[in-house]
Amino acid sequence: MNWDWNYAWQVLPEIIGDGLLVTLQVTVFASLVAYALGLVLALLRRSPYAVVRWVVWGFIEFIRSTPLIVQVFFAFFVLPNIGLRFDPIPTGVITIGLHYACYTAEVYRAGIEAVPKGQWEAATALSLPRGRTWVAVILPQAIPRVLPALGNYSISLLKETPILLTIGVLDIVGAAYQEGSSAFRYVEPITIAGVLFLVLSYSASLLVRRLERRVARIH
Amino acid sequence: MSHESTDVMIHFDGVLKKFGDTVVLDGLDFAVKPGEFVTLIGPSGSGKTTILRLLMTLEQVTDGQIWVGGECLSHMKRGDRMVPADDKHQRVVRKRIGMVFQQFNLFPNMKVLQNITEAPIRVLGLSRSEAEQRARDLLELVGLSEKVDEHPSRLSGGQQQRVAIARALAMQPDVLLLDEVTSALDPELVAGVLALLKDIASTTDITFLCVTHEMNFARDVSDRVLMFDGGQIVEDAPPDKLFTEPDHERTRTFLQAVLNRG
Repeated sequence: MNWDWNYAWQVLPEIIGDGLLVTLQVTVFASLVAYALGLVLALLRRSPYAVVRWVVWGFIEFIRSTPLIVQVFFAFFVLPNIGLRFDPIPTGVITIGLHYACYTAEVYRAGIEAVPKGQWEAATALSLPRGRTWVAVILPQAIPRVLPALGNYSISLLKETPILLTIGVLDIVGAAYQEGSSAFRYVEPITIAGVLFLVLSYSASLLVRRLERRVARIH
Repeated sequence: MSHESTDVMIHFDGVLKKFGDTVVLDGLDFAVKPGEFVTLIGPSGSGKTTILRLLMTLEQVTDGQIWVGGECLSHMKRGDRMVPADDKHQRVVRKRIGMVFQQFNLFPNMKVLQNITEAPIRVLGLSRSEAEQRARDLLELVGLSEKVDEHPSRLSGGQQQRVAIARALAMQPDVLLLDEVTSALDPELVAGVLALLKDIASTTDITFLCVTHEMNFARDVSDRVLMFDGGQIVEDAPPDKLFTEPDHERTRTFLQAVLNRG
């Protein structure tokens, strides 16, 4: 097996042009879904209604106990049977976002519980309404300290996006595979795909580390 | 005693409080007049702090009723029966009560000014400019006018506690609860905070209920001192009497222990 630089230089722009934007798009939007929905799930787990708490708990356990690919297939191949049909990329964004929301919910829960009890008591002593207590007092203290953990989940999420190849999303890996199969030569395109992921997740982890230092300085 | 009486600000009526099987307050009865400064003393675990937390609705009574300014805090009328108060009812009655905590509990994500204006704007419905004016006046009163734009983390413990006092006063409470407000302070900062509280007590008609281990302060500023032990009031007397010639042996041994320690 030898390495053909000419071929590598030839497929690199193709892989970046076709796949990189899709990978980034899915990662960013699925992360946003995971951040927002995770917060909603974390708040619902503190609902005064036991029924709500149990349903949310069951949902989170179910999602976390089943493979992402089963959820992706379910969303893409089963849901159309009941009239819910989405394109591959939106399906991927929503499914991966939802899957990771069940992990970020736990991150938010820990962040919320780290806010001292005295903050709740001071809010009660001032008769602040519950919603205002969350928005003005609790979340502004809880969210900054969980940002690094959320960032780390985005890095994990990035590395799972190629799963969407199975429903026809042409991301970095999909583009590499396409190039490889049209030339019957895989070593360069697949290596390039791997290196691109390495560059993306390593630079993201540098950002997260900077964020961690910043958060540590505040607290 | 009539609950509607205008010369009762706080009334505990047969209040029982249990945590699990442990009885913390055992059928407690006492009343505080408007403008009175009442200090609660006694060994730790005697239920003093629980009284403040019940008034602030941070805990709920197991039995009995609590009245504040002629309104029932612990219960509300449904038909002709009194049922345990819901959140909404407690919120209304609670607005008359403020509290200053041992650990200050300022909101670290807000600057000093917003710490003080937040509740007057959101709860009392003051305009931003009214609330800020009130906050600036109070910061002047507590001697921290120059800290208006600081974050609490940049203040000393004593300064944080002064801001917490200003924050409580901004709600213009009828009743102010002081829960060991100097216990977390460095010794050299205690006197300043106590002097401020004494000043506020003597210049306003706020009713004070104070839990403290500062016996000189209690003696100096209180109209009445209640000695607690085992969830009950052992002795209820003016400070001059209670600190010099207490009727009860339990009070005497407690005071001896506390004064010798200091």
